[in-house]
Amino acid sequence: MKRRKLEENIFKGMMFIALFLVFAVLAGIILVVTVKGLSSLNLSMIIDTPKGGYYLGKEGGIANAIVGSLYLMAGATFLAFVISLPVALALQKEYLGKRFADFTRLILDILWGTPSIVYGAFGFVVMVFLGLRASLLGGIIVLTLLMIPIMTRAMDETIRLVPFELKEMAYALGTTRMETTFAVVLKQALPGIFTAIILAFGRGIGDAASILFTAGYTDEIPSSLLDPVASLPLAVFFQVGTPVPEVQARAFAAALILLFIVMVINVIARLLGWRFSKNIVR
Amino acid sequence: MSKIKVKQLSVSYGNHEVLKNISLEIPERQIIAVIGPSGCGKTTLLKSMNRLLELNEDVAVSGDIYIDGTSIYHAETDVTCLRKKVGFLPQHPYPLPMSIYENVAFGPRIHGLDIAKTVSAFSKEGGGRKEKKREMDLLVEHYLSLAGLWEEVKDRLHAPAAKLSIGQQQRLALARVLSVEPEIILADEPTSALDPISAKLVETQFKILKQNYTIIFVTHILRQARRLADYIIFLYMGDLVEHELASQFFTEPRDKKTKDYITGEIS
Ligand SMILES: Nc1ncnc2c1ncn2[C@@H]1O[C@H](COP(=O)(O)OP(=O)(O)O)[C@@H](O)[C@H]1O
Ligand SMILES: [Mg+2]
Repeated sequence: MKRRKLEENIFKGMMFIALFLVFAVLAGIILVVTVKGLSSLNLSMIIDTPKGGYYLGKEGGIANAIVGSLYLMAGATFLAFVISLPVALALQKEYLGKRFADFTRLILDILWGTPSIVYGAFGFVVMVFLGLRASLLGGIIVLTLLMIPIMTRAMDETIRLVPFELKEMAYALGTTRMETTFAVVLKQALPGIFTAIILAFGRGIGDAASILFTAGYTDEIPSSLLDPVASLPLAVFFQVGTPVPEVQARAFAAALILLFIVMVINVIARLLGWRFSKNIVR
Repeated sequence: MSKIKVKQLSVSYGNHEVLKNISLEIPERQIIAVIGPSGCGKTTLLKSMNRLLELNEDVAVSGDIYIDGTSIYHAETDVTCLRKKVGFLPQHPYPLPMSIYENVAFGPRIHGLDIAKTVSAFSKEGGGRKEKKREMDLLVEHYLSLAGLWEEVKDRLHAPAAKLSIGQQQRLALARVLSVEPEIILADEPTSALDPISAKLVETQFKILKQNYTIIFVTHILRQARRLADYIIFLYMGDLVEHELASQFFTEPRDKKTKDYITGEIS
């Protein structure tokens, strides 16, 4: 009896320590970014583009990077969604069959594990081949590719959780596969689909390597899809590496804004997921 | 004439043959009970009658089933029409992930049923949007009543169906099956997950419904078969042992296995 109690306590202790580490790291990141970035975060930082010399200047703000990241993510999230959802739905065994679906999952998991710099390099090669220069469009496309595997697989996992008996009920009424998919599978999986979008968004918005060569960098806000575009992760990347403290502080301000955007998007998605979960069958 | 004719039906999952050369005829507007020990192929037989079986992988069906004289395994059979005509009530009654109202309105909508015809007693002239909505309301009320659920849910039709008790969910499933106007209702141990009172309610509805529908239900409760069924199909390890009028089956069983089963010597 005593031994079992001891085991229980050791296990509880381990869980507690791990949990504490997770919270400590998160708190640490937020603390460092806030302390270092807050001082230089003011209205001008958010609404002005950089002044005083390329992206390493000390004047003006980082509106170019904020707007750039939002443009990139709006485009890439939309495109990735439009592609990922049909693929995830096709992975149901009614469509692809179990064997081919599992093969597709393997491919997606390999793509998911591929480092983003590889996506960047791939995009760059293709763009050179096509004679395109670094641009908003290039960045959107590469980010879309980067986001598709994670979005698709996350959607797939929630779709797979829909009980087979539930689909069977719909089929028993004489529905087609598409009617079952829309009326039952999507409704049941909706909160998970929001989560999938968020996971992919999180990977996309923070990624610097994939857009390093494909989106470029500029002090301007792009006025067309073919203009180069700045982004928050690259603003952090370039500015944090300088020896100038004022420029470094701007990097942390950019990081702080990045964190804030991710937080807001997460909260919105949770609210939406919660809003749409009332009919879910457990 | 018999409603359903099963001809030399064999079913295997992979290379495991679970129904072996079954032939039988099922009369119209009766309650038919399929009984037998668990794993003997009762669910499989039921699901072969509206081709739900083929949602499983690696399932092979040979032989054929005729409903109203028409082959259902014929290449040109429209499975959605077949399943509309042959409703299925599963053992675990999952509601669809929508409101109570939508659960019942869903089937008629996808099949584009002539709602006005069904509720013609109430419907007025004209087909404006308001009338359409009103007709659907009447239709939902009609089928919920037919399933014996209306009184319990009429004040919360737009609440999520998932909030209902399991006994209510089973009757909602029944209303949903009825809503597409089937002629045959297949029910797979429809009361096994229910409390005794809900089970009684479902049994009562079956007795009422048999005037207009052919009801085939699986049960492992002999007393339930005795209470409800006009006709009995007894399966044992994939073989059809006996199919017989209930009165005959319980009083003078022909087969030794039947005798042993109803006296409880095999189970
Ligand atoms: N999807 C399936 N895949 C493989 N074997 C199955 C499947 N469904 C049922 N079986 C097997 O077929 C036999 C009959 O099953 P079933 O028709 O469900 O019997 P019952 O409903 O009488 O309990 C059992 O041995 C069962 O293990
Ligand atoms: Mg069964």
